Amino acid sequence: MEIIQTDVAIIGAGGAGLRAAIGLVEADPRLRVALISKVYPMRSHTCAAEGGAAGVVKGDDSLQHHFHDTVGGGDWLSDQDAVEYFVREAPGELTQLEHWGCPWSREPNGSVAVRPFGGMKIQRTWFAADKSGFHILHTLFQTSLKYPAIERYDEYYATDLLVDDGRCQGLMAIEMRSGRIVRFNAKAVIIATGGAGRMFPFTTNGAIKTGDGMALAYRAGVPLKDMEFVQYHPTGLPNTGILLTEACRGEGGVLVNKHGRRYLQDYDMGPETPLGHPVLKTMELGPRDRVSQAFYHEQQKGNTISTPWGDCTLLDMRHLGQKVIDERLPFVRELSTSYLSVDPVTDPVPVRPVVHYMMGGIHTNSKAATPLAGLFAAGECACVSINGANRLGSNSLTEIVVFGKRAALSAAEYVSSGSRRGNEAALAAKAVQSQARIRSLFEKTNGTETIAGLRGEMMQTMEKNAGIYRTAEGLQEACAKLSELRSRYPNIGLHDKTNVYNTDLLQALELGCMLDCAEAVARGALERKESRGAHQRLDFTARDDVKYLKHTMAYYHPKEPARIDYLDVVITTSKPGVRDYSGAKK
Amino acid sequence: MSERLMQLEVLRYNPESDGETRFQSYEVPCRDEWVVLDALNYVKEHLDPTLSYRWSCHMAVCGSCGMMVNGEPKLACKAFVRDYPEHIRIEPLAHFPVERDLVTVIEDFVSKLASVKPYLIPKKEQPLSSGEYLQTPAQLKKYKQYTLCINCMLCYSACPEYGLIPAFIGPAAITLAHRYNQDSRDGGRNERQEVIAQQVGVWECNFVGACSEVCPKHVDPASALQQVKVASTMDWYKEHLMPWLNK
Repeated sequence: MEIIQTDVAIIGAGGAGLRAAIGLVEADPRLRVALISKVYPMRSHTCAAEGGAAGVVKGDDSLQHHFHDTVGGGDWLSDQDAVEYFVREAPGELTQLEHWGCPWSREPNGSVAVRPFGGMKIQRTWFAADKSGFHILHTLFQTSLKYPAIERYDEYYATDLLVDDGRCQGLMAIEMRSGRIVRFNAKAVIIATGGAGRMFPFTTNGAIKTGDGMALAYRAGVPLKDMEFVQYHPTGLPNTGILLTEACRGEGGVLVNKHGRRYLQDYDMGPETPLGHPVLKTMELGPRDRVSQAFYHEQQKGNTISTPWGDCTLLDMRHLGQKVIDERLPFVRELSTSYLSVDPVTDPVPVRPVVHYMMGGIHTNSKAATPLAGLFAAGECACVSINGANRLGSNSLTEIVVFGKRAALSAAEYVSSGSRRGNEAALAAKAVQSQARIRSLFEKTNGTETIAGLRGEMMQTMEKNAGIYRTAEGLQEACAKLSELRSRYPNIGLHDKTNVYNTDLLQALELGCMLDCAEAVARGALERKESRGAHQRLDFTARDDVKYLKHTMAYYHPKEPARIDYLDVVITTSKPGVRDYSGAKK
Repeated sequence: MSERLMQLEVLRYNPESDGETRFQSYEVPCRDEWVVLDALNYVKEHLDPTLSYRWSCHMAVCGSCGMMVNGEPKLACKAFVRDYPEHIRIEPLAHFPVERDLVTVIEDFVSKLASVKPYLIPKKEQPLSSGEYLQTPAQLKKYKQYTLCINCMLCYSACPEYGLIPAFIGPAAITLAHRYNQDSRDGGRNERQEVIAQQVGVWECNFVGACSEVCPKHVDPASALQQVKVASTMDWYKEHLMPWLNK
């Protein structure tokens, strides 16, 4: 078995992973960095983010405002020490991207422009038209090419962390081109693998978002935190789940039901604002959880429009005019025109809420460190938590750079503090064990279950029982189903017996990761008997700060359901209050 | 939603058992709004789990799923089946070695991208504390179009020169160099010229223009390459006929 020696191994080469890699070699140019990803960096799903990245930059704004918007938007489940760090670091990190060439949209005087976003009291979202994530990803990827110390391992799929003596000391990975299993010895490992939206059938997430990194940490004993908080983005194209950015509404687009009524005013987000003059934190600029929940109620009332792809409301941008749409939302126009044959310049676009983002993830502290020594995590796969029960749009692109860099600094510090030598015999034995697990999955001939079959059943139960609104009954059904699927998983049969680029094997491994993550979602949701942010229970409709102003901590068990424990939320200055998105009412 | 039975003829190649490539046919009931990628996913889920191809975003921005569809380089996620007759032939991107089935070896492209120094080399380094470099919307517009490349490599597949002379740096990489050269914040043109003004750089381009025709993001690499040629020619004149300008 080939052993690759490195100082820090990063799993995932999207925004957070690339930022971490650059951060490491800038912190200490002598460090060897292995950047490992199952796809080439520019394929990472950061590229699909559209709207922008929040950071205080204009004179009328303050860090306090960004802090309060984020904490309130998260329904007070955010750790406030982490949010303080986040808002403080955000402007510098976004300026750093600018210095690396990111083509941010500009004001006439040449300074960076900002746009309004949902749940933000002041305009503070930096944007590059409506391809902000794409430009951030490519800027980071291209900048990373400056540093020969960053050694890329493109199309390597990580299968296990190597843990011994209470420390993470490397990982195992499949080189997809050859099917070889290789061992990375590393003094520290950073996980930056993004989300897990593919456990749901209708999602904005690309095919690669299968929770691999979450599962790696989870199986190594690190708890997954707040997994039940799954964000629905209110405006997805109904046939494909393709995202139409919140910037559509930031620029002035409105949501109407089948009667032409701007229905958000009926859900405590009114009064109605004048067409083309959006008011911050009001109506269409409410937070994603509330806007998606309003859709559900409209559907119950029969106010939605039925389409061949399910019930929809309409996102009307016609009043913005072609010039604004082409300048500020060109990708939105391209996407809805090509994929739904609806041109937003001339027609309202049918949309429905779509699974978009995991607020939960690998438990880290505000320094991006997990409880397992030597293991760090950043980006969507991690739960710091700045996002609490509901992430505000445009905080996640900022999060990947702020905490990508933070993970790099923490890992560099950890490495330079002089880690002990590992026990080679113990690590080698674990490597062999890991290799054997993959080989047996690969070679097994008499499997009775199919990947597509189990995956379909998982998606169905998640959509039916762990969606925008949940009940004990539904969640129990989901938990039972997921237990059953996890027990059936070992009977999967692989048809592809070729070593080279074996996507059958990869999909089987990805499915295993998703099943573990999905179980943590359903179990956490069942145990949280309250409604908060993106977790809404029809049987417990109120927020319960006495019992649940706490993070859910899910601990892995290979056969049994996740064990659920709780951790207090860090509160510094903002006591839990009422989320008010009807600013104009006052 | 109407459905149509389509015949997919897909190039297969297993480097461990096949001496050469072959075609395999699949019958796929395709919905009207499907793209070719949906049809391939149907095959993978229902007919043949061994079929290998790359894909992720399904929204024409990650650049993974470039392939030949009826002989033309396309993103499988943006090629609508309704635009094709009942028979669709799918092959890996031309001009790249086949790794397996529709998966190609793309290291050559990735190393060419890296070779042009595709990062900002500031005219004058400013500390972060002094804020952003100013850039007016007009200055941004000068290079913005060339930032839109998703690295899907359709242009390499369409480029006859790249097919003939694999050392040619090619449309996307030269366009990326041009993107930074045109950026008002950048002062690295001389460093990049060493790479892109050489013979296998921009001078290999015969201005066939196929790169721009197939580009799914309308980056228009052909225009970037012509601008690079003009600028490089100006360099030559300045250097040889007007040497006093360099003093």
